[in-house]
Amino acid sequence: MLSYFLRRLILVLPVAFGVSVVCFALVQIAPGDPLTAIMPVDATAEQQAAMRAAYGLDKPLPVQYLIWIGNLLQGEMGRSIASGRPVADEVFGAVGNSLLLAAAAAVIAFPIGTFLGFLAGYFRDTILDRLITALSITGVSVPNYWLGIVLVIIFSVNLGWLPSMGAGPGGSQDWQWDWAHMRHLVLPAVTLAVVPIGIVARTVRALAGDILSMDFVTALYAKGLSRGDVLRHVARNAAATALSVMGLQLGYLLGGSILIETVFNWPGSGFLLSNAIFQRDLPLLQGTILILAMFFVGMNLIVDVAQAAIDPRIKRS
Amino acid sequence: MTNTLLQIENLDVRFKGARNVHAINDLSLELKQGETLALLGESGSGKSVTLKTLLRLLPEKRTDLGGRIRFDGTDIMTLSGRALRSYRGGDVSMVFQDPGLALDPVYTIGQQIAETVMRHKGISRADAMEVALDMLHRVRIPSAERRMKNYPHELSGGMRQRVMIALALACRPRLLLADEPTTALDATVQIQILLLMRELQREFGMGVIFVTHDIGVAVEISERIAVMYAGQIIEEGTTHEVIRNPQHPYTQGLLAANLHDVARGTRLDAIPGSPPALETRPDACPFAPRCPLVMDACRQALPPTQRPGPRRRVACLRAGEPIPA
Repeated sequence: MLSYFLRRLILVLPVAFGVSVVCFALVQIAPGDPLTAIMPVDATAEQQAAMRAAYGLDKPLPVQYLIWIGNLLQGEMGRSIASGRPVADEVFGAVGNSLLLAAAAAVIAFPIGTFLGFLAGYFRDTILDRLITALSITGVSVPNYWLGIVLVIIFSVNLGWLPSMGAGPGGSQDWQWDWAHMRHLVLPAVTLAVVPIGIVARTVRALAGDILSMDFVTALYAKGLSRGDVLRHVARNAAATALSVMGLQLGYLLGGSILIETVFNWPGSGFLLSNAIFQRDLPLLQGTILILAMFFVGMNLIVDVAQAAIDPRIKRS
Repeated sequence: MTNTLLQIENLDVRFKGARNVHAINDLSLELKQGETLALLGESGSGKSVTLKTLLRLLPEKRTDLGGRIRFDGTDIMTLSGRALRSYRGGDVSMVFQDPGLALDPVYTIGQQIAETVMRHKGISRADAMEVALDMLHRVRIPSAERRMKNYPHELSGGMRQRVMIALALACRPRLLLADEPTTALDATVQIQILLLMRELQREFGMGVIFVTHDIGVAVEISERIAVMYAGQIIEEGTTHEVIRNPQHPYTQGLLAANLHDVARGTRLDAIPGSPPALETRPDACPFAPRCPLVMDACRQALPPTQRPGPRRRVACLRAGEPIPA
């Protein structure tokens, strides 16, 4: 098991390298000059050149990349052009908030999705199955930023039960596990959970349905096992695949919540990313994308290892 | 009467759905303690359905059952809950056709055997593992200690079928149902598994119903043969009687279709046509459309069962007549 983990870890290195190149290149390809955002409009050419040199933007691209990577390896991600604060501080604060939101959404979505999917798979082709299938397709199809706005109108504006924006009374860097803060999490987390509920439910339904129709399930009943025992076997068989889907979904929740974070003014990475894009804040943009991408890579690594731990058919040797 | 193990009386099985199928029609069968019976027939004749019905494994919502099944005096048709679970795997167990599909892929074989033993005998996991290990020795699996920790996909087909047999026999059932247990295996492995099953049958003394479409296998394993066609038993007798003196034209055709004494270059004696679809319940001899001896009376009504000897029967108006070449 340990050697499998180490081999997977080594395989991550080239992926991480590729990711860093793409991060760097994407930002270079994007149109717009970061300096125009911070320099006064009437700055002279000399002033612009000086600024350019100060940020190292006058050097050839490969050299810029090497400098960037070299700094990264020393834990130095540069400074935000817009705010002047260290990129690392900005990114990790925001990613922490996004992680919190994604985790909350996952805690809501995965058990509900699994339960609904299992029900639908077990009672396949019944009214319950059709109802759950219709619900999950609706969940996947409804634009979630629209759903977020609707929820805000209902629960914040009309009922006044929950706040509509922000991460709590203390601002973005002051999260605490009390109701005053957590009530801010409810609406965005629920909104964000709708799509993964649908996707997890669809996946688990298909898995459960397939496994239940396999010969070994009949054989389990023939051994004299109870329905509960058989369902335990089915769950163990479905676990590896379900887990990989959930891992991917967690990745999407983390990086794909830009719209939701914007709707709810949630100070997360998506929010940070969209600001960085509009301000042409290259160091911040690169840093944020890189950290999010690395989370994806890490997530996949965890899922792979967990799958191998659960399912003996996935080759370990 | 005391040594009757299993008694099936007038069993009907009908599958409901987009298309109705009358899979089993008025099937009666008796098995005595420790007896080995081969259920012989081609695909779709209802052999496997009969076995599944015996364990009540057919989906209840989509199946209509009729008739009676008694195992050692207990009515099987009305069993439910705990009694049904202790009957399944405890009194009667089953070996499936393809051991690659019938074992749970994510549990070790030791766990799978031990699980059954724990459920039926109520013993601890450690004791159940001992029983499992003993069973693996009995089915002659080499280095059984190591195999206990293997998963099904790490074993060969023959080894898997040995595991399946160990699993089925772990709780010392009095009846073993074998659903074409050698069909999915290589020819050389088939013989090994057959010999093993014959040895274990003698060792454990249980009754066996062995479903097969292979006459050679039936002869090898069983004392008695029941030939099935279109969900009915059309001929039954000892293996010797059925092979030496087949009475039903279908049985005669099956034996003639055997490859043993066919000269190279001559046409095989296949039975022309195919079995009926069974969308309606047969009200005449179901073999009539393919029968070389067919008469008008065969198409009018179901043929009466003739009993030319003790526990010997054949459902045919022209039983025993030779088929013209």
